[in-house]
Amino acid sequence: MDYLLQGFLHAFVLLFQGDPETYSAVWTTVAVSTTSICCSMLIGVPLGFSLGFNEFPGKRAVRTVVDTLLSFPTVVIGLLVYAFLSRSGPLGNMGLLFTVPGVAVGQTILGLPIIIAMTANAVETMDKRLAPTLITLGADKRRILRDTVLEARFSIMLAAMAAYGRIVSEVGISMMVGGNIKWHTRTITTAIALETGKGEFEMGIALGIVLLAVAFAVNISAATLRKRATQ
Amino acid sequence: MKRITLSLCTLLLTALLAVPAFAARTLLMATTTSTANTGLLDDLIVPQFKKDTGIEIKFIAVGTGKALKMAENGDVDVVLVHAPAAEKVYVDKGVLIDRTQLMYNDFVIIGPDSDPAGIKGMTPAKALNAIAAKQAVFASRGDNSGTNKKEISLWKAADMQVPDKEAWYVQTGQGMISTITVAEEKGAYTMTDRGTYIKYSANKDGNPPLKVLVEGDPVLFNQYSALAVNPKMHKNAKYDLAKEFIAWMARPETQKAIGDFKLLGKPLFTPNAQ
Repeated sequence: MDYLLQGFLHAFVLLFQGDPETYSAVWTTVAVSTTSICCSMLIGVPLGFSLGFNEFPGKRAVRTVVDTLLSFPTVVIGLLVYAFLSRSGPLGNMGLLFTVPGVAVGQTILGLPIIIAMTANAVETMDKRLAPTLITLGADKRRILRDTVLEARFSIMLAAMAAYGRIVSEVGISMMVGGNIKWHTRTITTAIALETGKGEFEMGIALGIVLLAVAFAVNISAATLRKRATQ
Repeated sequence: MKRITLSLCTLLLTALLAVPAFAARTLLMATTTSTANTGLLDDLIVPQFKKDTGIEIKFIAVGTGKALKMAENGDVDVVLVHAPAAEKVYVDKGVLIDRTQLMYNDFVIIGPDSDPAGIKGMTPAKALNAIAAKQAVFASRGDNSGTNKKEISLWKAADMQVPDKEAWYVQTGQGMISTITVAEEKGAYTMTDRGTYIKYSANKDGNPPLKVLVEGDPVLFNQYSALAVNPKMHKNAKYDLAKEFIAWMARPETQKAIGDFKLLGKPLFTPNAQ
């Protein structure tokens, strides 16, 4: 019990006294997860949209694959990305191993199925009369796409939040691909793993609370955005 | 809401300033958990090397087995490890060059004060035999790290089959301090390097539940060496920086600083570069 209380106090000290190591890990976490979520959205929303909007043979099979990928273990993604980015791997020349962009590649892969599946779901469950109505109003294809996505924006926002939650709390990819390098690729989750490995449970708990605070801050700002959008 | 946004921006800005600018010259190093967990790298070597040469070290702390593998793949430039037999394999392959002995400490077998197998003061071979005979719980890292390799060699040296599936033999697959924590919870024996044991003692305010029971035998000697990745194997390897690092580690000033690096008043490593 002492651990928890001490950890809680420690978290406040770290946050409010501006401990540079903690802020470096916070910053890396925010930078890498923001990059990942943006890439996941950019790739995933159009894919999810076309999966939900269009009818084509084999659609069911694709859906099943995407749904299965929802439970892709992060350590397996980490391992695959590591194998590809390693100097002796196919993409080794890009020099992405043990860098923040390298971790972002892995986390984008992690977020992608969530965005695709939830976007497809949102488009599928939308009012079926939307597209015909838009056509009768003289909308062209691009307009239909834009308006449908706009109509589904809250569901897509929800998908983004779900994916962000998984990305920000992920440790397998960050550890394997990032290497937990201090000041560079150390995120809050890998720092927690390190501190626990060093037997510093108090510090681990403190960092856990910091991670919660970051997640909370992101959620609040998303909620604010949403409120502005509905007004 | 505005205030929250404002404080969020301040937070981000602080974070930005906290991250030091990217250094032009960086050296990637793979090392063992013992050098990282004891604070030797974070508190002494990385900042001092940066100060002296302007070169930034980025290190990845893994077991010796993985560190050597990373070097073979060309993913790092230099390694700092402690498994002479395994190092030799890579040197013979031509993957790693310039092997330089830098410092040592020793391994110890630790266990609960009650010492259920009665191993206190025994030689390592006798102690392991006693543990196996009593089926007293023994926690092993089981992760192919330098410490794990050493432990396996001790079982072999004691003329015993290396335990694997035995109920009393617990393989954690984790770093040294995590393994000590498991041993502590289970009232088990384990083998660790002296530096990590001192760090663990410091975490427990100098009064750890697990005590050193077997020590001092010559077979428990634990040599740390640095090796550079052969630039002929990997043209991306920063051999010149690696060479500079190894030379810097072996110079008298650094060697003295390593000897002076203490916790609870005890040195964690003893320098022995030639």
